[in-house]
Amino acid sequence: MSTITRPDLAPPEALESPVGVNNFSIVAATVNGSGSQTANNTLVRALFKMGIPTTGKNLFPSNIAGLPTWFLIRVSSEGYITRREKSEILVAMNRATVTEDIAKVPAGGVVIVPLEWKIPQDRTDLTYYALPVQQFAKESGANAKLQPYVANMVYVGALTALLGIDEAEIEAALSYHFGGKRRPIELNLGVVKAAIAYIRANITKTDPFRVQRMQATTNKVLIDGNSAAALGAVFGGFTVCAWYPITPSTSLVDALIDYAKDLRVDADTGVHNYAIVQSEDEIAALGMVVGAGWAGARSMTATSGPGISLMTEYTGLAYFTEIPAVIWDIMRMGPSTGLPTRVSQGDVLSVYYLGHGDTRQVCLLPANMAECFEFGWKAFDLAERLQTPVFVLSDLDLGMNTWMTDQFEYPTQPLDRGKVLTAEQLAELKNTWERYGDQDGDGIGQRTLPGTDSPYAAYFTRGSGHNKYALYTERGDEWEANLARLHRKHEYARTIVPAPVVDEMADARIGIIAYGSSDPAVQEARARLANVGVKTSYLRLKALPVNATVVDFIRKYDRVYVVENNYDGQMRKILQTEVPDRANQLIQLAHCDGLPLSSEFVAQGIVNLEKEQ
Amino acid sequence: MAIQEPPQVDLNRIGLTKGDYRGRPSTLCKGCGHDSISQRIISVAYDLALKPTQVIKLSGIGCSSKTPAYFMNQSHGFNGLHGRMPSMATGATLANHSLTAIAVSGDGDTVSIGLGQFKHLVRRNVPMLYIVENNGVYGLTKGQFSATADKGQELKYAGRNELPPIDVCLEALVGDCGFVARSFAGDPRQVEQLLKAALSHRGTAVIDIISPCVTFNDHDDSTKSYAYGKAHEEVISDFGFVPAYEEINIDYAEGEIADVRMHDGSHVRLKKLDSGYDPRDRFAAMRLMQEAHQNQTFLTGLIYINEDRPSLQEMEHLPETPLAQLPMEKLRPSREALAKVLADL
Repeated sequence: MSTITRPDLAPPEALESPVGVNNFSIVAATVNGSGSQTANNTLVRALFKMGIPTTGKNLFPSNIAGLPTWFLIRVSSEGYITRREKSEILVAMNRATVTEDIAKVPAGGVVIVPLEWKIPQDRTDLTYYALPVQQFAKESGANAKLQPYVANMVYVGALTALLGIDEAEIEAALSYHFGGKRRPIELNLGVVKAAIAYIRANITKTDPFRVQRMQATTNKVLIDGNSAAALGAVFGGFTVCAWYPITPSTSLVDALIDYAKDLRVDADTGVHNYAIVQSEDEIAALGMVVGAGWAGARSMTATSGPGISLMTEYTGLAYFTEIPAVIWDIMRMGPSTGLPTRVSQGDVLSVYYLGHGDTRQVCLLPANMAECFEFGWKAFDLAERLQTPVFVLSDLDLGMNTWMTDQFEYPTQPLDRGKVLTAEQLAELKNTWERYGDQDGDGIGQRTLPGTDSPYAAYFTRGSGHNKYALYTERGDEWEANLARLHRKHEYARTIVPAPVVDEMADARIGIIAYGSSDPAVQEARARLANVGVKTSYLRLKALPVNATVVDFIRKYDRVYVVENNYDGQMRKILQTEVPDRANQLIQLAHCDGLPLSSEFVAQGIVNLEKEQ
Repeated sequence: MAIQEPPQVDLNRIGLTKGDYRGRPSTLCKGCGHDSISQRIISVAYDLALKPTQVIKLSGIGCSSKTPAYFMNQSHGFNGLHGRMPSMATGATLANHSLTAIAVSGDGDTVSIGLGQFKHLVRRNVPMLYIVENNGVYGLTKGQFSATADKGQELKYAGRNELPPIDVCLEALVGDCGFVARSFAGDPRQVEQLLKAALSHRGTAVIDIISPCVTFNDHDDSTKSYAYGKAHEEVISDFGFVPAYEEINIDYAEGEIADVRMHDGSHVRLKKLDSGYDPRDRFAAMRLMQEAHQNQTFLTGLIYINEDRPSLQEMEHLPETPLAQLPMEKLRPSREALAKVLADL
């Protein structure tokens, strides 16, 4: 028996977020390449600095200039950071999509539109504010080339006046964006101020949307996941990074280059305590990472789905020769080229089993900025402890969008370099040490690094059959013994990878499992569901392989919804193999249209599926 | 009566015997050119007194790539992926630039499946010795043509090759490699001389060694056979090698030799320059290789040498201590550094 009190009676509106002061969404519809990012980031930063929980999401095309792009800004007094299905305020700056964009604005919403377009204001359920955008751009003093860029500042000014954003925060945000450079700050601020003056002189505000200062962002910062990951890697002591540019992972290495320059160059000598090499392709990128890992570096790469395909062979080699490596997969929509600038959690199944033969990989699943940072350093500890490739499955939404986060925690544990034998230890062990043995029962052998000054240090690394002394073998018993040890290592990995986060509600009979960027949607959906009497318990996976907590959670609930951003319900499939006796109670709630999941999808989806029970 | 002396064991400069440089028994076919090259590597490493623990052996996949198991047991070896050893070598030498890297590849591994990585390795000038054991044929898969097979060449199962060969040395030259040589497994003296010079080179040193496959490609009309090599080998240049630890003897008349000072302080003494070929001239080297193709001649020796180009590791501003051996304080910035980054966000 479920404790749900008639979910079928819950009206869809009850599952939506409330709208009002500090609770609404803005969508800025612009043309890609028109410089709207400055405007959008200025707004996000100003709102955030007013203490209001704010998120910005860039929904952009695979294109340098010309195609439509939308930027979503959500303010939420409750602190929710999910993408909402509806945006109450439309900033229509793309003539090509304006009709479609206006049609999507919910009743009671607002449309800000250039006056020059003379758009028919024919929806009586909306408030229209038309501004002379082109005129402001022309009068800004910017040259013809810059005018389309500063034109975006018109909507910054309009929203500042209409919503009551603190002008000082806009100025501070512009100053941050332009690194304190006076000229661009003044140019942009001039347009903002002109728009504010125009609104005050010509427009009477009739809509209910406005913001007011809160204290909800104290001690928080704004950052994107790729920067957080790069920062984590810098504090994790990465020494070699080899990579090949691919959206949406490129900005991770861009950030790594910047942070490493600041934090990992010796001030007195100028030497780099790291090397970052752009390779000719992803095969070579992982080849360099594996070679470096073999020789004792903390080595890493960042890529996305198509790059993972190319890295498959080296992954198999590193798995079987047991070489540490860290691979960030910033997932985008596949298969093939797919939707390169759209989010998905579509690599879970293929990465977990990446390689031919019997392979299972360790995968970390960050869901927020703190975890992008934490896994940035922790992945190296795990890779060196387990002597295996460690994948970090982030995605475009986490990696490339700006999120507010608590301050990152400085890692308190020293670096874990794993079971590496020294020349002194080898003097004792002589040739009795076992590269692929299992001295400790955790499935992990001992390793030596090239250059170790001992005649007993050397061993021969090969992807072909090897026994516990790393000697060539084609004997069936030795082959199976090695696979059995690798299996034990995977079982041990369950116990040391980041444990899931569990949040149980009293009397809940249904569970939800999610991971990564699907987490915010689930968090908000659970609150909305609770409001209509649907109690849920929640387990968020932080890593594969799963631990015993996950198995217990799945066994505990009548039904467990597995929420994810892909088509096939990939994590559900993995969980079904982990708890086969509960395979039918694991219910797929998956969706992939290129956008981050919304809480409405999760809440409505669970209500609909519950009706079928 | 003479006193019986214990058998004399020759020790090199660091007190090791030649046996200390041996590997495991070879599993290649009896008479394989590759085994002879392994023996040359052992001799050279012993002569130069390389410290085995400071050497890494790298290879891809194929008969040639098996050979790192057959020399220098006290050195770490990595038998990696087919055609993808160069990237692995790049990573390993970035992690620890103090090691001497010896790579062994084959013609299939280097210019069929691995041409892309080979070219980029050379382009980056990764400091390492890169030996191609070139027999023009796939051995482990039993007798297919590789991309170095000569046009018109015939093989028992593969038939006739109608495609032009890819020349390892020419590709290396185009990629601005600073040490390019060709040799013949049947010419041990030259192979050893080239190996010694190559091990002193600043960046990537490529030696393409014609190494006959006794099982699939050693018939008399094959350009990669022992008989063909013995009959046709023409040495293009002669040189002397003086290791860093030896003094240079002036035993040549002025103008007869040119001295190239190698990165590690040793010297390559180019002889008989007046005979016309100067291996310091890159365009001349390319021309010579093209002419060799046109005239079907088998030229061996040092084709090109240039110590000027910095290696990848030099360009990366690496510390003297290898990255793999940096202490924790060089790897993890301070708590204050993190606080400052966060404050600036």
